[in-house]
Amino acid sequence: MYKIAKENLSALFQTIAETKELYLPVKISGQVNFAAWDEEAEVSLETLKTVKSPKDAFFPQSETLYTCKKEGKKITIDPEALKEKEFVVFGMKACDVKGLEVLDKVFLSDPVDTYYAARREHGIIVAMACHEPEESCFCKVFGVDCAEPAADVSVWMVEGTLYWKAGTEKGEALTKSVESLLSPVEEEKKDGLAAGISELEKLELEKQKIRGIVEQLPYTQLSLEGWGKEENLDEKFNSPKWEELYHPCLACGTCTFVCPTCQCYDIKDYDTGHGIKRYRCWDSCMYSDFTMMAHGNNRTSQMQRFRQRFMHKLMYFPVNNDGMFSCVGCGRCVEKCPASLNIVKVIKAMGGDQ
Amino acid sequence: MSIEKTNEFRPKIVAFCCNWCSYAGADLAGSSRLGYPADVKIIRVPCSCRVNPMFILRAFEKGADGVILCGCHPGDCHYTTGNYYARRRMTLLFSMLDYLGVENGRTRVEWVSAAEGVKFSTTMNEFVEKIHSLGKNVRLEDLRCRN
Amino acid sequence: MQELVTRAKELLADGTVVRVLGWKRGDLSYNPEPAYFNSQEELEQFVYDGFCGANLSKYMIEGSKKEGKTLVFLKPCDTYSFNQLIKEHRVDRDKAYIIGVGCRGKLDVEKIKAQGIKGIQNISGAGIEEDTDTLNIRTIYGDKTCTYGSAMLERCHVCKGKEHMIFDEEIGESKDTKDADRFAEIEKIEAMSPEEKFAFFQKELSKCIRCNACRNVCPACSCRKCVFDSNQFDSAQKANVDSFEEKMFHIIRAFHVAGRCTDCGECSRVCPQGIPLHLFNRKFIKDINELYGEYQAGADTESKGPLTSFTFEDAEPGIVVERR
Repeated sequence: MYKIAKENLSALFQTIAETKELYLPVKISGQVNFAAWDEEAEVSLETLKTVKSPKDAFFPQSETLYTCKKEGKKITIDPEALKEKEFVVFGMKACDVKGLEVLDKVFLSDPVDTYYAARREHGIIVAMACHEPEESCFCKVFGVDCAEPAADVSVWMVEGTLYWKAGTEKGEALTKSVESLLSPVEEEKKDGLAAGISELEKLELEKQKIRGIVEQLPYTQLSLEGWGKEENLDEKFNSPKWEELYHPCLACGTCTFVCPTCQCYDIKDYDTGHGIKRYRCWDSCMYSDFTMMAHGNNRTSQMQRFRQRFMHKLMYFPVNNDGMFSCVGCGRCVEKCPASLNIVKVIKAMGGDQ
Repeated sequence: MSIEKTNEFRPKIVAFCCNWCSYAGADLAGSSRLGYPADVKIIRVPCSCRVNPMFILRAFEKGADGVILCGCHPGDCHYTTGNYYARRRMTLLFSMLDYLGVENGRTRVEWVSAAEGVKFSTTMNEFVEKIHSLGKNVRLEDLRCRN
Repeated sequence: MQELVTRAKELLADGTVVRVLGWKRGDLSYNPEPAYFNSQEELEQFVYDGFCGANLSKYMIEGSKKEGKTLVFLKPCDTYSFNQLIKEHRVDRDKAYIIGVGCRGKLDVEKIKAQGIKGIQNISGAGIEEDTDTLNIRTIYGDKTCTYGSAMLERCHVCKGKEHMIFDEEIGESKDTKDADRFAEIEKIEAMSPEEKFAFFQKELSKCIRCNACRNVCPACSCRKCVFDSNQFDSAQKANVDSFEEKMFHIIRAFHVAGRCTDCGECSRVCPQGIPLHLFNRKFIKDINELYGEYQAGADTESKGPLTSFTFEDAEPGIVVERR
């Protein structure tokens, strides 16, 4: 366990950025999102939820897969290089880390997605505890403990001091590379607080405080009864409730694009005028051309598309992945849906009488 | 005669020309042996009003440095009123591009009749010169289209 | 608010309407959702308060296709959108029974959160009848207050007025909340150098995630198939590429509604990244006003729009440079 004063964080970021790419929550034009660090970046670690989740760092919204070029009669195909440089994502939250577990199930099972795998291999995650959880959070429902984020390095911000604990080999290596800036926490020493407690005890108090707040959150008691079980699949699918619930949905992609676990993508060609760039980009099940095939589309109404999103997260995914839901309770969709629809309202409406 | 490769900036210009007046004007310029730079690529459209704002943005996207729209003089439209609508649309579009910080002068509208071969030639010469002075379009370019 | 529920129940009971389009109470104190109510019992869930910002006009495109008449609640600014939709034959006037509801400005929870208020448990003072300028907010982290005005949507600061442009009956009082000039922001940008303008918009648009919420919520965007959804068109794709795609999307989105946009402000309200999208629409409105005469889309159902009409004396496109 190490610590560093808040004022020294920019020195820490500088040191990390000397050898690695560094992504962290940065405020740009009033909104906080994960972005590459530079000296002018307005870092905002206090922000609980970035607008977009940090999944971009591992699964970017758009990425080129390969480029085709035509010169005379010769066509060349150049695959995009895989990530080779180490990078650090600083300030992910426990729910975001859990979101990556969901993505791993999709992209790292056979056939492995090499682009994603390369990023996972070179990415070092520094996860931060949530100092002040908010009303839209419901991570506890999915078994996430936001007071104890488990990643390569876990950090806590308590009263102007950042506590640093490496959890994996990658995390140890990162710790070593910035050791000169960190000071060790002496476990037994009372640091002169009024209460006369050690720093470790102080950290424990912070965790308890966070867990106490989580208990008070309005969605914490949400019940997942009936979801994620194969025997209920048809019943949920055929429920008349979908027809009532979907009405306000505008069919925009906000919920999917801010989600840390949504993993659907589309592959398209971009004509550059002298070649083709084949790229993939996030797709949204809310869009009318989602899973469009030669014969047309197998979901023809917004109700069906709306149902797909929630059935996928709460039914199909857990049924196929040993009960792991593909929602982590980060609450971004709760905050951002333009029509104030969200997964919580769906869970409540569909769970009540079943 | 040999063509030497130089690094000198050669602007790419797209000229949308209405079939009835300006395209014929370009023809006349050609048959009258009036020169205009080869940097100008003409796209024939049935009427200036056919030009959707997206055409212009797409031209820039794919690497054009300047876009000019030529149509019949107001009052002379083959379809009576097409160029009046085009005039309003282009005014608003150009104003929006100006508002977004695209350099003034990369876009232009000029009315050229079938009898104005000379005007066609001088307009194009002027426009190419203007774009030459503005340099490469970087603000409305899609970086993916670069080599 | 109770008056609205009572009246809706009456209209359902006497068969004037077969359903009600309004707002349904959310599960937090600030997230009501647009909803159809088919019975008196369902109306118990009806709510109308400061957080009911959603413009229901667009839902009436679907509503018009349903059997029978729909009762719809429209705020003064929403009625402009409804008129515009009538003009474009996208809604059926005979299928709608319009109750013009009062409005004292609509709230944006993001603006409350931007003041450092988090962990919201309850907000009081947002009710339509409550005559208070203060919002009392109970949070997990203690009680907070903020003024009603500081939490209002941008569009309410440039309110178009208290009048309903179209209605069958009116219920409730409205307040004119205008305290800013509608074109002040536009003028500020116009005065910048090209480099500054470009940097400003580049920064704002780089946040765009191409979720299409601005388009989908827009009452003027009512094409059955949008060009940006067409798989025939290769630059209209889902990729968010900073260099061009987003500019293309936002210019075309705003251009397509130019002359039809009523400036209802829904695009800016729904943007998850807080992009001030009204800056695009309002620029067109300002240009139209200056070049072709004052025009307010949706003020009536008959007049010709500025881009579907012309005069022989219209300014040449060169004016963009000349007037600078």
